[in-house]
Amino acid sequence: MTTATFDLPVVAQKSSNTVGIAVALLLPIALVNAIGFILPVLNLARMSFNEALPGGGIAEAFTAANWTGLIQDSFYIELITNSLMVSLGITLATLLVSYPIALYLHRASGAWRTFLTVLVISPLLTSAVVRTYGWIALLAEQGPVANVIAAMGFQPPRMMFNTTGVVIGLTEILMPYMILSLMAGFGRLDPKVEEAARTLGATPFRTFWRVILPLTLPGIALGCLLCFVLAISSFITPKLMGGGRVFLLATEIYDQAIVTLNWPLAATLSMLVLIIFGAALAVYSRILRMIEG
Amino acid sequence: MEENPTSWFMRVTVTILFLFLLAPVLLVFPISFSGDQVLAFPPSSWSLRWYEALLGNTVMMSAFLTSLGLAVVVTILSLIIAIPASYAIVRLKVTGSEFLFNLFTAPLLLPTIVLGLAILIIFASMGLLATFTGLVIGHLVITLPYALRVLSVSLGNLNLSCEEAASSLGAKPLAVFRKVTLPMMAPGIVAATALCFLVSFDEVVITLFLTGPRMTTLPVELFHHVESQADPLVASVSVLLILMTLAVVMIVDRTMGLTKAFMK
Repeated sequence: MTTATFDLPVVAQKSSNTVGIAVALLLPIALVNAIGFILPVLNLARMSFNEALPGGGIAEAFTAANWTGLIQDSFYIELITNSLMVSLGITLATLLVSYPIALYLHRASGAWRTFLTVLVISPLLTSAVVRTYGWIALLAEQGPVANVIAAMGFQPPRMMFNTTGVVIGLTEILMPYMILSLMAGFGRLDPKVEEAARTLGATPFRTFWRVILPLTLPGIALGCLLCFVLAISSFITPKLMGGGRVFLLATEIYDQAIVTLNWPLAATLSMLVLIIFGAALAVYSRILRMIEG
Repeated sequence: MEENPTSWFMRVTVTILFLFLLAPVLLVFPISFSGDQVLAFPPSSWSLRWYEALLGNTVMMSAFLTSLGLAVVVTILSLIIAIPASYAIVRLKVTGSEFLFNLFTAPLLLPTIVLGLAILIIFASMGLLATFTGLVIGHLVITLPYALRVLSVSLGNLNLSCEEAASSLGAKPLAVFRKVTLPMMAPGIVAATALCFLVSFDEVVITLFLTGPRMTTLPVELFHHVESQADPLVASVSVLLILMTLAVVMIVDRTMGLTKAFMK
């Protein structure tokens, strides 16, 4: 009885102590989070309802003008549809060039598999500026790719400072993300199932179409979601390879913020990117339910 | 017999796709030894002139020093802030610690172009643009989530029995943490250090919003250089950057094994 009454206050004191210590330990990270994340993002959302004055001025207001302006301006309608289409194209291209590598890696084993996985990850550790620079060298007017095409007897197409270059560059840059997502989703793919299909007389094509592909759909969905959101928000490659001639959402946000100094419009476009993120996520979970269900 | 043609076809396809994936990075090495005035591949002559040009380029060199100092400061601060935070979240398990973990790692979910703009607008009103302090805070926003994630995993994998043994033998909580928990977290701390350093040193998009002519970092300077002219100078910088990254990765690999550090 005495021990019980003695224990209670000690426990209570300890737990309130623990909370105090926890608050102290979490305070610095909470501070950075508040100053560098929560406050800026809330302010950005608020900024999208402010009024832009000519010459970079901002008037505190609560107007939907930036938003309605987007929908009424044909330039922005085209910019948004263009961004969506280019990002979808990049996602599809990335899937096509990544799938064979992911399948090969899934089947490989031992040191060979480790070595190839390191090769896949290594570009991720290289700056996007460096990799884009490599593509500029490859796709230049008198560059190696153009020379090879010319040697085969074709007229080399323009591959720089247009959408083609942006798509090629971003496809390569997003490949590691796609390959890693695909491999993460390949867990259900058992070589025995493929073997069973083949022994039962299915052609390789039919085995792929009826067995391998359906089993890898979750990985495909995850990889596509990731690459789509990364493509639509990527800035470095479109800016450098588009040469100011390719207008996409991310490059327009930067230009409005830094060149035109129209922060309310830049904020509105940023919010639009976040809305597209949300929509992509909703589509993804819907597709995932369809696959699993 | 039926197996062979498909696997042969598969192997050729995978080889070509790997070439596609690695081409831009590999190409940078020969270009950096170009003797040409402009960017061309293959170069018409070979030389070390672009490495010499880099050493003589005061803007690039001072941007490099800024990046290095920035990455070191950001890495140290990330560890000082994230180690206590991971301890509070994993060990003290106060109510809502899962929510806090998600909140503190949430900046990684935002596209950097949006985060960069958001920070630009707030920092402009605080007078933090183109200042070292501003860059440090801006980088901490994205290095802290990585540090917190890696350290929490490493802390969560530790066996509690050593700490319990130490405290039942009479060690005070702080002594237990310093003498037992912290040394056992070493592999996680090494991984977090490398990750924070590389993320800070390579960061472009957010930094692009926060730098100015007075204060710029190497990746931002590279970006502006590629934007304005095409010469092999960027290639020589890139080679040095790649070698530095390789060195950091190898240090991590030697200390603890790469797979253990990043595959968890």
